[in-house]
Amino acid sequence: MKTVVHYIRSLFLLELFKGMSVTGRYLFKKKFTLNYPEQKAPVSPRFRGLHAQRRYANGEERCIACKLCEAVCPANAITIEAEPREDGSRRTTRYDIDLFKCIFCGFCEESCPVDAIVETRLYEYHFEDTDKKTGAYIMTKEKLLAMGDKYEAQLAEDLAAQAKYR
Amino acid sequence: MDFLIGLYDSLPVAIQIILKIVVIMGPLMVLVAYYTYAERKVIGYMQIRLGPNRVGPKGWGQPIADAVKLMFKEIVLPTHADKILFLIAPLLSIGPALAAWAVFPFDTGLVLSDINAGLLYLLAMTSIGVYGVIIAGWASNSKYAFLGSIRCAAQIVSYEIAMGFALVGVLIVAGSLNLGQIVEGQSGGFWNWYWLPLLPLFVVYFISGVAETNRAPFDVAEGESEIVAGFHVDYSGMAFAVFFLAEYANMILISALTALMFLGGWLSPFQGTFMESWFAWVPGIIWLVAKTFVFMFLFLWFRATFPRYRYDQIMRLGWKIFIPITIVWIVVAGAMQVYDIGPWYQ
Repeated sequence: MKTVVHYIRSLFLLELFKGMSVTGRYLFKKKFTLNYPEQKAPVSPRFRGLHAQRRYANGEERCIACKLCEAVCPANAITIEAEPREDGSRRTTRYDIDLFKCIFCGFCEESCPVDAIVETRLYEYHFEDTDKKTGAYIMTKEKLLAMGDKYEAQLAEDLAAQAKYR
Repeated sequence: MDFLIGLYDSLPVAIQIILKIVVIMGPLMVLVAYYTYAERKVIGYMQIRLGPNRVGPKGWGQPIADAVKLMFKEIVLPTHADKILFLIAPLLSIGPALAAWAVFPFDTGLVLSDINAGLLYLLAMTSIGVYGVIIAGWASNSKYAFLGSIRCAAQIVSYEIAMGFALVGVLIVAGSLNLGQIVEGQSGGFWNWYWLPLLPLFVVYFISGVAETNRAPFDVAEGESEIVAGFHVDYSGMAFAVFFLAEYANMILISALTALMFLGGWLSPFQGTFMESWFAWVPGIIWLVAKTFVFMFLFLWFRATFPRYRYDQIMRLGWKIFIPITIVWIVVAGAMQVYDIGPWYQ
């Protein structure tokens, strides 16, 4: 009996019609596609994009060259050199992040005791092979601070949003 | 109008024939181009995507962009390939796909050549298409291409039989090999079309048609996951485009033939009902195209729905299911015809 039912079911293509009704319904469903350059997916405040270094409100850079980020970096992407400034405060003379090495894990951001190194929401950038010669893939201290100055409002807001979970 | 007809008659016969060919091929090629676009859109929509929407408004320029890209690409000749066969194969593939349209009637009397053995000619043309595929696989001198063409050959030969038998049913009922007369035999509205008395043959014919054109779920000949692209792995540029064109032209042909032989071709579905006069202004070719589009959409729907058949399952379906069904139904149709059973056979 079971085989007879099976034969009749397959002869009348029942399962095929079922399958087609599913795809037929999907034809009219709302589409999930984002038209990328025009529409963008929402970005979390914790998003780990391109790096930046922040300053205090009085313009003094936050980084105190404690080298915690350099130590914690799993990809050894951060290189720091430091010596005392004229006023005796401890500052970096070199702070490089090699973006080819960086894996964007966000450990530097988490380890930083003064919230100096942070990661912005910026994810639309690229490097080319020729940049290896010019060094455009290295985020130097100047570039990091410039990024920080540019996106400070957004960065402060994102940090405040996550502050209570830290 | 008279002036135009006079002008046409004054042209040399060769030019007249070329004009006729252009009138059929032009719209067909445009349809093929936009069929590829429709395929990507429909399958995209069925997968909750949008499909191509970048080139031109809503992506309408996509087929043109694709065609231009393919035209400017190099045709790579593999070192160990048989050069002549390699280049002939795409032509052998597209030739029959286009030649089949010569006997295709678009409306009463609107046919390039109204031959009495039209159906036979069509069967021959759809069968010859397989040579292009076999030769392509052979000439490429590559394992994958050869496997693909062997699979394709076996599959087409198997389904050709079921397809032929399904058409024998149509022959019995229509009593003619002339496509125009087959359509005329179906006059009398929706319930007089051959799909109803020949329902099993109708289903078998269309499914065999899907297998004939190597479309999903019968696309083992080019199964990407197993043999890369099957018979056309080594083709590029226009040579590849010609295969592509042939495949889609064949799909359109199968759709149009199914509409012609089982859904009353250019006949209005409202014939014999009170609505007949409402739709009397619609030209027959519109009905034909609408019916063809239904089957063309089914091709895409199948591809979006069904996973690829395993090879032995394809063979089982062809030989152990379709052929017996068609033989049984030929007997049934013959009996109904002889003893005038049912309202369809008068």
